[in-house]
Amino acid sequence: MTGGRIWALHLAVLVALLAAGLLLPGYHSTNLARILVLATFALGYNLAFGYTGLLSLGHAMFFAAGMYGAGLPAWHWGWEAGPALLTGAAAGGLLALLAGSLALRTAGVSFMIVTLMFAQAFALSLLYFSDWTGGDDGFAVPTTARLVFGHALSADVPRFLAAWGVFALGLVIALALVCSRFGRVMVALRENEERARMLGINPYRAKLQVLVISGIYSGVAGAAYALLFGYVGSSFASIQYSILPMLYVLLGGAGTVLGGVIGAAGIFYLTEWATALTSAWLFLVGLALVVLVLFLPKGVLGWVRAKLWRNLP
Amino acid sequence: MTTTSLFTPSRRRLLQTAGAGLLTSAMPSYVWGQAAPLKIGFQLHRTGIGASYGRWYERTTTAAAAAINAAGGIAGREVQIHYEDDATDPKRGAEVVEKLAGPAGCDLIMGTLFSHVVMGSAPRAGELKIPYLVCSEGYHVASGALNRWVLQPGITDVRQQISAMAPWVAENLGKKVTMIYPDYAFGHDHRDHFPAAIEAQGGEVIAQIAIPPTETSFTRYLPQIPADTEVLYHVMVGPAVLTFVKELGEFYGSGAKPALFGFIDSLEAVDTASPGLEFLEGSHFWEGHCRAKPADAGADETAYRAAVGVDDNGCSVSDAKDVSTYAHMFSCWETLYFIKEAIETSGYSSPADRQKLVEAMEAITDLPAGPERPQGAMVFDGKKHQAFGVQNISKVEGGKLVRVHQTTLEESLYDNATDYTALSF
Repeated sequence: MTGGRIWALHLAVLVALLAAGLLLPGYHSTNLARILVLATFALGYNLAFGYTGLLSLGHAMFFAAGMYGAGLPAWHWGWEAGPALLTGAAAGGLLALLAGSLALRTAGVSFMIVTLMFAQAFALSLLYFSDWTGGDDGFAVPTTARLVFGHALSADVPRFLAAWGVFALGLVIALALVCSRFGRVMVALRENEERARMLGINPYRAKLQVLVISGIYSGVAGAAYALLFGYVGSSFASIQYSILPMLYVLLGGAGTVLGGVIGAAGIFYLTEWATALTSAWLFLVGLALVVLVLFLPKGVLGWVRAKLWRNLP
Repeated sequence: MTTTSLFTPSRRRLLQTAGAGLLTSAMPSYVWGQAAPLKIGFQLHRTGIGASYGRWYERTTTAAAAAINAAGGIAGREVQIHYEDDATDPKRGAEVVEKLAGPAGCDLIMGTLFSHVVMGSAPRAGELKIPYLVCSEGYHVASGALNRWVLQPGITDVRQQISAMAPWVAENLGKKVTMIYPDYAFGHDHRDHFPAAIEAQGGEVIAQIAIPPTETSFTRYLPQIPADTEVLYHVMVGPAVLTFVKELGEFYGSGAKPALFGFIDSLEAVDTASPGLEFLEGSHFWEGHCRAKPADAGADETAYRAAVGVDDNGCSVSDAKDVSTYAHMFSCWETLYFIKEAIETSGYSSPADRQKLVEAMEAITDLPAGPERPQGAMVFDGKKHQAFGVQNISKVEGGKLVRVHQTTLEESLYDNATDYTALSF
């Protein structure tokens, strides 16, 4: 697949998603908005895990940092959505820089555990400073702060367009990144870090750069979630929200740009389907994931890349 | 000889058929005619940390709907409850609100208990402009933190529970109080409101010990309890409460100990006679609705217990080991009857009337005791969107909760600046 075709494919997916969001009824359009925000989170996670091999269990911290980074100024000082989104992105990136600068001194399972500990400490801090953060109850983001150029993000169409815009920007940047020289550095670090070092790459620095980028993606996703759906809460800092982006990426295809959105949509509708069938829906979701991992170990797009489109990024 | 068939029946067959028709029409069950059923969405904690509550909330609501339908439904319409599991998670909670308001086609939503799920779901209920009636107990509704579509008409909130009980605690248990509470929102409601309430009675809080939510052992916190403590006020919740009580018993041993006062939230769905809880013998608890049937209980209480399948000890009639969440689950029953009253007075007929329905709810004030409110009389404050009612204090005697005091409704009342009616829809 040439570069032109790759870009055409991804832009076509974006156009299809835009059309779907505008044509679907309100309920499904809102679902799609939520999926796109979570897919942005997965895009960021995939850069770290899928492309660079950094198996993190701390991404809930970056997501929640973005959520609180946007939500707190909106709640306490009435900031509007634009500046709040930027502070959310900055909060995600900053925490990734701080946590990464220490956690990247480890590797493999140790890296996973250190990132998990950072995330747990962050989640408990949110409870400890409850006067500011609203504790485990969280808080509703004021409607007056959920405005972009006078458009209320609480309405279906502006909410969907904002979610699509965030995802589209994230997708384009991620695609450009993985197709660039730096993208090849990321893959080299994943495949053989020592060989990459021999080629003159500084693994620590490059991995820290990837983790910060990944943190910014997660922060943007968390900020967007707070501003589009009007709630900020500490449950989003729990380990569940470190595992979810991993599941999105594994289901959609680790190391594929479009894998995150397929995975996020898959998990969302799998949950919807299972809850309609039984009260033991978590069992059903888990069973379905086990089956998928057994028969599609590389995820949906991983299988497509292995069988159909070898150059699919 | 005359032949008969389906189209040419005999006179005897015709009379039999007519008689059967008359008998059928005289039977007590309702035939709902052309009126579409009233669909009420229920955001249920079927899984997750709230599952023990969810199980009983579902049973209570199903029983209330059956009782209402047997009496003719709401405004002549059959009540259908559409349960949807929210996994006691705020993100899923918001999705459930969207599902109930959207494809499920519910007229309104009710039933949420856990505060963080309420907080996560309320913004979406407001945006979808669907009445969202919670059974949560948290102060978040009356504090003004939510929106015009969120109401709590079936259960009192923590602030009024505290202020109503403080006089009895000061008068009967002691005036020097040490508080032990979980270091998150439920505990913070107590931390923030109890000191002022006890000070108003001439008492004081001499220590506040916050326990981090991840703690599984409490031995290092117990020495922080001042020696001159007269009352130990504890509101620990969750699975750790059994460890807490056991370690508290070991800490004090057989020596002198302060009086214990707690909230039954700690032990909902738990048998107070369980091994390890012996230390609670003689201690007191707040109960919204008394688990063990009081000696002076009337016919409404008896009928309610029979309807929800709970025996006189607060356990399931089909399984004595299945302890109910009796102190809270009445809120579902009473919320459904509140909905009935509001719909019938507002003339609600379709989702287009939802705003009119909320205005009718806000106009309700008196909620008298009766079959609709077996827990007791309440008043509803339309500005605060909150019900106010009586509180019960029970003592553990022989492993069983026995009511020793009931506060007046007036003792629960408080004022604040909340006025949802000033907000737009």
